[in-house]
Amino acid sequence: MSLPIIIAPSLALQAALILPLLACIGIWLTRANTNLREGVTLASSGVLFLFILQIYAAFTSGMPVEVVWGEILPGLKIAFKLEALGMIFALVASMLWIVTSIYSIGYMRGNNEKNQTRFFMLFPLAISAALGIAFSANLLTLFVFYEIMTLSTFPLVTHKGNKKAMHSGRIYLGVLIGSSVGLLLPAIIWTWSITGTTDFVAGGILRGHISGPALTVLALMFILGIGKAATMPMHRWLPAAMVAPTPVSALLHAVAVVKAGVFSVVKIVVYIFGIDFLASAPSVEWLMYLAGFTTVMASLVALRQQNLKKRLAYSTISQLSYIVLGTLILAPLSIIGAALHIVMHAFGKITLFFAAGSIYTASKKTEISQLDGIGRRMPWTMGAFTIGAISMIGLPPAAGFISKWYLLMGGFQASLTFPIVVIVISTLLNTAYFVPIIYAAFFKPENPDALIKPHGEAPIAIVIALTFTAAMTIALFLFPGIPFELASQIQLK
Amino acid sequence: MLNHLPILQVILPLLAAPTCLLLKEARLAWAFTTACCMATLAISVMLLLQVIDSGVIVYSLGGWQAPIGIEYRIDSLNAFVMVLVSGLSSAVILAARESVAKEVGADKQVLFYIAYLLCFAGLLGICATGDAFNVFVFLEISSLSAYTLIALGSDRRALWAAYQYLIMGTIGATFILIGIGMIYMMTGTLNMHDLAERLPEAAHTKTVFTAFTFIIIGTCLKLALFPLHLWLPNAYAYSPSIVSAFMAATATKVAVYVLIRFVFSVFGVDFSIDHMPLQQILLVLSLIGIVWVSIVAIYQTNLKKLLAYSSVAQIGYIILGFSVGTVLGLQASLIHLFNHALMKGALFLAIAGVVYRIGGCEFSQLSGIGKKMPWTMAAVVVGGLSLIGVPLTTGFVSKWYLVSALIEAGWWPAVAVVMLGSLLAVIYVWKVVEVAYFGSPEDGYEGAYEVKEAPLSILIPTWMLAASNIYFGIDTRFTSTIGHLASQTLFGAGS
Repeated sequence: MSLPIIIAPSLALQAALILPLLACIGIWLTRANTNLREGVTLASSGVLFLFILQIYAAFTSGMPVEVVWGEILPGLKIAFKLEALGMIFALVASMLWIVTSIYSIGYMRGNNEKNQTRFFMLFPLAISAALGIAFSANLLTLFVFYEIMTLSTFPLVTHKGNKKAMHSGRIYLGVLIGSSVGLLLPAIIWTWSITGTTDFVAGGILRGHISGPALTVLALMFILGIGKAATMPMHRWLPAAMVAPTPVSALLHAVAVVKAGVFSVVKIVVYIFGIDFLASAPSVEWLMYLAGFTTVMASLVALRQQNLKKRLAYSTISQLSYIVLGTLILAPLSIIGAALHIVMHAFGKITLFFAAGSIYTASKKTEISQLDGIGRRMPWTMGAFTIGAISMIGLPPAAGFISKWYLLMGGFQASLTFPIVVIVISTLLNTAYFVPIIYAAFFKPENPDALIKPHGEAPIAIVIALTFTAAMTIALFLFPGIPFELASQIQLK
Repeated sequence: MLNHLPILQVILPLLAAPTCLLLKEARLAWAFTTACCMATLAISVMLLLQVIDSGVIVYSLGGWQAPIGIEYRIDSLNAFVMVLVSGLSSAVILAARESVAKEVGADKQVLFYIAYLLCFAGLLGICATGDAFNVFVFLEISSLSAYTLIALGSDRRALWAAYQYLIMGTIGATFILIGIGMIYMMTGTLNMHDLAERLPEAAHTKTVFTAFTFIIIGTCLKLALFPLHLWLPNAYAYSPSIVSAFMAATATKVAVYVLIRFVFSVFGVDFSIDHMPLQQILLVLSLIGIVWVSIVAIYQTNLKKLLAYSSVAQIGYIILGFSVGTVLGLQASLIHLFNHALMKGALFLAIAGVVYRIGGCEFSQLSGIGKKMPWTMAAVVVGGLSLIGVPLTTGFVSKWYLVSALIEAGWWPAVAVVMLGSLLAVIYVWKVVEVAYFGSPEDGYEGAYEVKEAPLSILIPTWMLAASNIYFGIDTRFTSTIGHLASQTLFGAGS
């Protein structure tokens, strides 16, 4: 597939970063007319996706795309450079923003949420930050956008403005700012002070500058410092963030924010450490054990969650650690698996969250125990939920199967049994916490006491959105070409 | 005319102060003071440009050559500090008219401007002079007028706070005087340049050791280094809001300048760092200060006091950079000196706006204020983010340099403390955000519903400073170049 290149790619890249900010202003200006306001959101998400497609076209034709915005400190630039991994992330985030925009309109109106203008204004900011992270050419740029993302999503998490939201907001900000300022920033400055650069370079920049236990410590500082990747013990913010309206949980806490986290982990391991070099670090396998522990532990905790969104949140923590685990296997195939899982998990998990929000909008139900027989009232929603769940478990015909396959192959390639065992156990646990929901929804009789109000399917905007993402989850299984090609172009050396 | 810039800088506000008396009317006095501050700012910018262009400027007062006459010596360090002091004083005085009209009694408003100008003249004098005794004289001018300014606060506790500061400040000034007297006794000169040349001969005498100790303790009292900071929170909290902004942005910064000047230019790096355990003492005090005072800040329920404690913690960062004893460390120190002035200037001016509208800044009064005064509180958020050190604000730049300097020196535990300090800053800044944005106005005081945005005369200067927090966080050429130049000169001169 080749697209015509109409706009100069470096221009398209900058436009993609700035357009969401203009959208933010546009939404504020049109706040009096809600239809117009939502029009601005939809139009800008559509145009943004076109920009990203232009950048993709440039990427496939092999054009180097680099932009420098300025020098913050001597030798430290805010700069952007296109490469395969960032391309994957940008495509996923911008595509799902369109779908989420449609979904949010149905959700926010269906639930009569307050402060909708603020909500719609902050969304594009977070997307802009995600793209900034995706295209960043060095650690400093990545860090700047990483923090912008934390701060712009904070008011979305605390949207309800009550005590519970405030408390969750504290945990959200505490963990994310705490980890990034306390560990990530010193790690970046350390890297800079020993290598004199923070650029992402194929094969890494650290070789020859650091060795022995210090290397492992630095890697640990990066992995825990990127709190957005939710590796235990830095995972608490994610369940706390579930207090946000569901579109936020869907796009930000299943895609943009968390994927920014694991994306940063992959990017730093591949382009700052270099996988061969990191493999030489003493006891580096303990980092992998940490990721594996998170995978299994989060799945176990998910089993015990009775709130649907909370269960999905722990499932996300577990799935994110697949990506970290895949990266830390440090084998070429597992890196492909990790990159693919960024895509595959995004589509599957957003479908699940869309379904959870759909259930809430139509029936006001939030607990799993209330869901008996709901599949008959909401066949589209629960159908999509089922596809999302299959993808999480990693079975055909859903996208999750593909990435899990590569993760396992990576484990074999590196002759490690630990990741294989972890993935198998986690698959079983995934089955154990998703299948009962599906079974109850379709096969158990409805409990009339649990019915808060009589309802049918959710508003049409919601159904369209979740059907689309469910369809994409299957389509990515059948045609994984584009993400696979991008993932295999990640330069490991 | 251009040759006389160094003295014009000090003379202008010094003469303007008594002239103010003739004006009688507060509005006129304000306009006159503002014009004077602006003119001084222009002079200090010209001086800085001259220094960058052609190196150190030496100016002999009345044509008397040093060491007989008094010499003013402008290098990149004090030119930088003078730009900072006059810039911030100008921004603060711009906002003063309505705030002072509300917080200071009508009969005392002209006096306020006189004291302001005197304090300003004193601070500039400390920077400009190359004479050790002159430093003391100007220090007393600025301190005495500062006590007056603080005592003008409408809260009755302002008198007590001013008295507390008076006692501590006088002890500090006396210590400095004793120290200066001792080195004069040993060397027979008061000119700093001469002192630097003659002191090494006497470096091993007990008298010089004692003098050094007196001067360091005296300046540390003035700059409110933990644990000598006890006067500061009350002084900032109960003085008129404009005075809090002025003091926080300038007075402690000038005291830090005095410390740097004495340690590097007078006693020299070899003596201060190699002979005396200055590095270790300052390191330990600044680290404890950063953590302990930040924790104390978290428990404050008055916004001004919270920021006052935060100032003490931030001074810890400045001293920490200084105590590393490397070019990079001193550069970090100087950059943070500038950046912290911007942060606290913006924050205290925003508070001046809040106090103007609701008459106080207890947390109980601030509930839900974010919705009533969105622009003012947005400035508080910007200043707060800068305090935390979020990228694209000045605080990030400071932190980057400071941590780089610490890593370069291999002081890992100190890195951890700096990061811990940032996290504590997150907590105390977020306490304010939560009260302002999550509290409902019903929890506040009765008149909360009528509260409007602060008047433009306060809001505009506030946002000028808030915007400069972002500007200097993105374009760091000015701070990093001058900081580098100044610290290199100081180390070059010392070794």
